[in-house]
Amino acid sequence: MTRPTRSRGTRAALASVLAIPLALTACGGGGSSGGSSSGGTTTLRVLDYYNNDPGKTVWQKALDACGQQVGAKISRESVPGATLIQKVLQQASSRTLPDVLMLDNPDLQQIAQTGALAPLDTFGLNANGYAKGVVDASTYQGKLYGLQPVTNTIGLFYNKDMLAKAGVIPPQTWDQLRTAAKKLTSGSTYGLAFSAPANYEGTWQFLPFMWSNGGDEKNIATPQTEQAVQLWVDLMNTDKSVSKSALNWTQADVNDQFKAGKAAMMVNGPWQFPVLDADKSLHYAVVKIPAPAAGKPVVAPLGGETWTVPQTGDKDKQAKAAKLVACLNSDESQLSLAKQNQTIPTKTALLAKFASSNPNMKGFVDQIPTARARTGELGADWPKAATKIYTGYQAALTGQAPPLQALQQAQNG
Amino acid sequence: MADRQSLSDKASSLSEPAAPQARTGRRSPSSPPTAGKGPPPVRRWGPRRRERLLQLLFLLPAAAYMVAFFGYPVVKNFIMAFEKYSTTTFYTGEAPWVGLANYHAVVTSSLFPKALVNTCLFTIGSIAGQFVIGLALAVFFQRHFPLSGLLRSLFLLPWLIPLIVSSAVWKWILDKDNGALNQFLAATHIAPGHPGWLTSTSLALISVIMVNIWIGIPFNLTILYGGLQDIPQELYEAASLDGATGWKSFRHVTWPLLRPVVSVVLVLGVVYTLKVLDIILGLTNGGPANATQTIATASYHLSFQLFDFGQGSALANLLIVISLIFAIFYLRLNRRAVDE
Repeated sequence: MTRPTRSRGTRAALASVLAIPLALTACGGGGSSGGSSSGGTTTLRVLDYYNNDPGKTVWQKALDACGQQVGAKISRESVPGATLIQKVLQQASSRTLPDVLMLDNPDLQQIAQTGALAPLDTFGLNANGYAKGVVDASTYQGKLYGLQPVTNTIGLFYNKDMLAKAGVIPPQTWDQLRTAAKKLTSGSTYGLAFSAPANYEGTWQFLPFMWSNGGDEKNIATPQTEQAVQLWVDLMNTDKSVSKSALNWTQADVNDQFKAGKAAMMVNGPWQFPVLDADKSLHYAVVKIPAPAAGKPVVAPLGGETWTVPQTGDKDKQAKAAKLVACLNSDESQLSLAKQNQTIPTKTALLAKFASSNPNMKGFVDQIPTARARTGELGADWPKAATKIYTGYQAALTGQAPPLQALQQAQNG
Repeated sequence: MADRQSLSDKASSLSEPAAPQARTGRRSPSSPPTAGKGPPPVRRWGPRRRERLLQLLFLLPAAAYMVAFFGYPVVKNFIMAFEKYSTTTFYTGEAPWVGLANYHAVVTSSLFPKALVNTCLFTIGSIAGQFVIGLALAVFFQRHFPLSGLLRSLFLLPWLIPLIVSSAVWKWILDKDNGALNQFLAATHIAPGHPGWLTSTSLALISVIMVNIWIGIPFNLTILYGGLQDIPQELYEAASLDGATGWKSFRHVTWPLLRPVVSVVLVLGVVYTLKVLDIILGLTNGGPANATQTIATASYHLSFQLFDFGQGSALANLLIVISLIFAIFYLRLNRRAVDE
């Protein structure tokens, strides 16, 4: 009775041990080979991650309109944001890349590095007149690989009623931010909310403070970055005007806190407008992220997606795909997409016009000319630097080490 | 009875794929073993060669399945760990050989010791909690009382909820300011200080273990309950005549007869727990300040966030070795206990 049970146990154990790597190995090749179209109207395959409305419909309309203009049918696939890169890698190895590919801008250089994307200058496209940071993100080794019609960034939202009641004006400097946040903190309401989790979302929220103070991702163990971390530590641990929960909050969580009146101010982006506007009793406005000192420029990070033309081997289709990308980036298209998606046009000439017709976007638009791309400096090495940044501020905020030491440990890996 | 049946089905279906490999490895159809080499054949051979060949052919689908879905990923993962396998590799197919550089990098990283300790604490803590509570509940449900069936099925709920949903719900419950747990603790004056369950470096790992215990109880309860149903009632009656009741009957009747089931539960439990990923990613993403980073989450981060698939698989391979050690260690212990 015992013998068979025992060997059965051994085998069961071995079999299940063998199953582990299935969960951990990278996704291998696979997928079916895409047949190239023959004759008739061209069909362009498009891959993006706007798989939810309203974004899904907005982009579908823009793609259809441009498709008509360049004389191509659009066959679009939208996958969830988190799975896009895996999908692209899968398609790259099975040579089934789409004709037009949308990428989150910090991922472009990573994918361009593989050789899977076509440089856009071969199709006569350039990025003249675009905000510099936007072009940096879409450039790899001096060549332009993508064009980004719209961008976004983060700003400081504030609850008008709460600030008026406390007699606080929207802060413009770090000192004012601390004072205001402290004054606005009472009972179960915090003065400020931001998102500081152990992932890239937290890094993204920390960047405007780090960059505006002269911090740099090449080496984060510097006094400039230390001061930015110190500001967060002061706000959270000394003044207690930011909840410790921020260590685990996504930006959507931060928005929930703000909407529920649990935070008087928050660091967040314009994509939250639809959620906030649903509550008619909430009166809010947006200003620039406070600068380290009065008059200093604010350097915010640039978000948004860039549109690329993968190397599919079909020259005619690639040329048509490039025309589609150009069409999406026309002045008219940029303005319409920006308005519908709560984003900002990337051509600097359009900014003033856009801000005047969309006053709620002004706080964000003002930051675009000086804003930076996350991958502008380090390119494909950005994910490593981003990891170091969030590791550094998390260690400081949780009291594992003083800011400079925390940053040194993170920098050294 | 039904539970017991499904358990043995599960155990045999897990052990089955290993069988054909072992057999085909021992005897290849083309070269029958000669008298000189190897042990003498145990079963009939000679004239029934054709039938034997036919039998092997029947095993072929299972063997092919094993090679394609278990063998290939393991081997691929093993090789990847020796290569500079990046996003570029997916397009160009080029993966330069780097020898042990990936292993060196992951083992010497400052995160590794912490992740290793966290993995051990997480596994031991989760298994201990799940097993003890699961066994206690299984013994409790052995005595039938009104609504016991309904209650027992309610205990299965954590198993039925998708992990990403349960981790999102737990994240709300454990929130520092507005979470249900802290609201309750503050209202009852047990812990008015609003402890940061997921944001304090000293509490986060404990919280994650607690949630994982909650998720693992149904598995332990179901299988152990099935095992208990299989113990004949007469033994308890005989034992009670000899004066063994309560704890004594558990110690001398239940426990020895439950041993085979216990070994399956524990080994599967360790293997399942070592590789837990979604719960930790959902609750803390390895934070705060790496307090809940395990080998599995670190491997995921290396592969899918830093796109360094070589280092990611090196770490994954270490995890496989660790779970093999656990499995072998436990099985040897168990064998010795049975032999004695």
